Amino acid sequence: MGFERFVFYVFAVILVYAAARVITVRNPVHAVLHLVLAFFTCAGLWLLLEAEFLAITLVLVYVGAVMVLFLFVVMMLDINVSPLREGFVKYLPMGFVVALLIFAEMFMVLGVKNFGAQAVAIPERHGADYSNTREIGNVLYTDYVYPFEIASVILLVAIIAAIALTMRRRPDTRSQDPVAQVAVRREDRVRLVKMKTEEKSG
Amino acid sequence: MAEFWEFIREPFFITLWIVAILVPLLLGVAYLTYAERKIIGYMQVRIGPNRVGPRGWLQPIADALKLLMKEIIVPQNSNRFLFLIAPMISIAPALAAWAVMPFTDRLVLANIDASLLYILALTSMGVYGVIIAGWASNSKYAFLGAMRSAAQIVAYEIAMGFALVGVLIAGGSLNLVDIVQAQQGSLVHWFWLPLFPLFLVYFISGVAETNRAPFDVAEGESEIVAGFHVEYSGMAFAVFFLAEYANMILIAALAALMFLGGWLSPFEGTWFESWFAWVPGIFWLLVKTSLFLFCFLWFRATFPRYRYDQIMRLGWKVFIPITIVWIVVAGGLVVGEVGPWFN
Repeated sequence: MGFERFVFYVFAVILVYAAARVITVRNPVHAVLHLVLAFFTCAGLWLLLEAEFLAITLVLVYVGAVMVLFLFVVMMLDINVSPLREGFVKYLPMGFVVALLIFAEMFMVLGVKNFGAQAVAIPERHGADYSNTREIGNVLYTDYVYPFEIASVILLVAIIAAIALTMRRRPDTRSQDPVAQVAVRREDRVRLVKMKTEEKSG
Repeated sequence: MAEFWEFIREPFFITLWIVAILVPLLLGVAYLTYAERKIIGYMQVRIGPNRVGPRGWLQPIADALKLLMKEIIVPQNSNRFLFLIAPMISIAPALAAWAVMPFTDRLVLANIDASLLYILALTSMGVYGVIIAGWASNSKYAFLGAMRSAAQIVAYEIAMGFALVGVLIAGGSLNLVDIVQAQQGSLVHWFWLPLFPLFLVYFISGVAETNRAPFDVAEGESEIVAGFHVEYSGMAFAVFFLAEYANMILIAALAALMFLGGWLSPFEGTWFESWFAWVPGIFWLLVKTSLFLFCFLWFRATFPRYRYDQIMRLGWKVFIPITIVWIVVAGGLVVGEVGPWFN
């Protein structure tokens, strides 16, 4: 138990530090890298909670795919940070209001009344043969099958909408058609010409 | 004393295990570079390295020594911290993925429940080493190489992930040991046959994921010198090299486990099965892994480099549709209990 608590505190400290650095660091690339670190340590914490499927999926999806694209975009943009910071004081009160609202909402949902030690029973420890993946699969495709499917359809709609909004058809650009390239035969391109040897003149 | 021993026994044996896996792996990497130079040499009617030691056997040792002695140059305008940490970020997942690799049904360091997912997650982290190296170098060639590599890895990872989905449907588990045991029977029981398109997609995506020829635009030397590691020298460069080759061996070993029955004997179910019963399972796994590694080298000697847009087209428009279709087919095969694999 002692070692587990030690690991928890190490991960928690790194997580809080990384999350704080995401919004305080000046360089946007460093901010993204701190966010990656935050996700990674968060996955470590989830492993401690015996949620290995969620932990590995967090690394796979967020660290391995989403953040790579983030990093890709941030590196390409070459953002100049100083103009972004100009209105800091002006927007500060509004920022406080938003932060307070979010905090209040989260407190109402996740507060002591709903998630305190009395409200939730201590989860029992499972043995080594307990399969978190199988449990999640069973729950997702039985009890929560409709919310799950609806959520996936909404995501699909969002993907299609994003593609449809950014799609540009430019008929004037020159591009290659691989099907046509593969279909080309030798006879279409090469013409053999028979001709007599030239006589040496003079 | 006895108490102390009790306390450190488990960490001690795990450390011993890690050494027992990593030392042969790093030796394998060293001699894979030797094999690469020799095999490509013979394919191109050359001799290859033959000066250091008998028939050039000590060439990789000499190379490693040379790289160790060289100075590590940090470019003046680079981001020093990220520049030095990038090689470590690229090798750490390449080595950590081996923690769950089963060598036989009992010879496995961490037989975790979701080992396939774990390996997929760790291999997807390797791209950070490349991107950070390219960005921290503050050099245009390095940055171009990093961008190419990032786009390529993201594209092929999806195809690779879908191919693995097919495997886990067929194996009925995310655990590599269970997946191999589901292939028991004979050579035709292995998953290469029912999942043949996924097998091809997986291996080709693996070649693309490790930035090997013919998909090595990330280090296309004729266009961008050496890509993301132009600015690296000495051991820092060697670590990138180690990571690339360790990943190659990992991809080859995984292909052997998932599609060619891992440590199962190829003579199972035939009349001379008993002749080969004395051969340890790990030998078959090594043979199958070597087969795929040979293909890696063979491809490099054979194919010209793909153009960048062709790589993207192949990944997004060919492989991903193929895998999606075959996942449905694999599901049908499993539900229909089609023999000899799923009954």
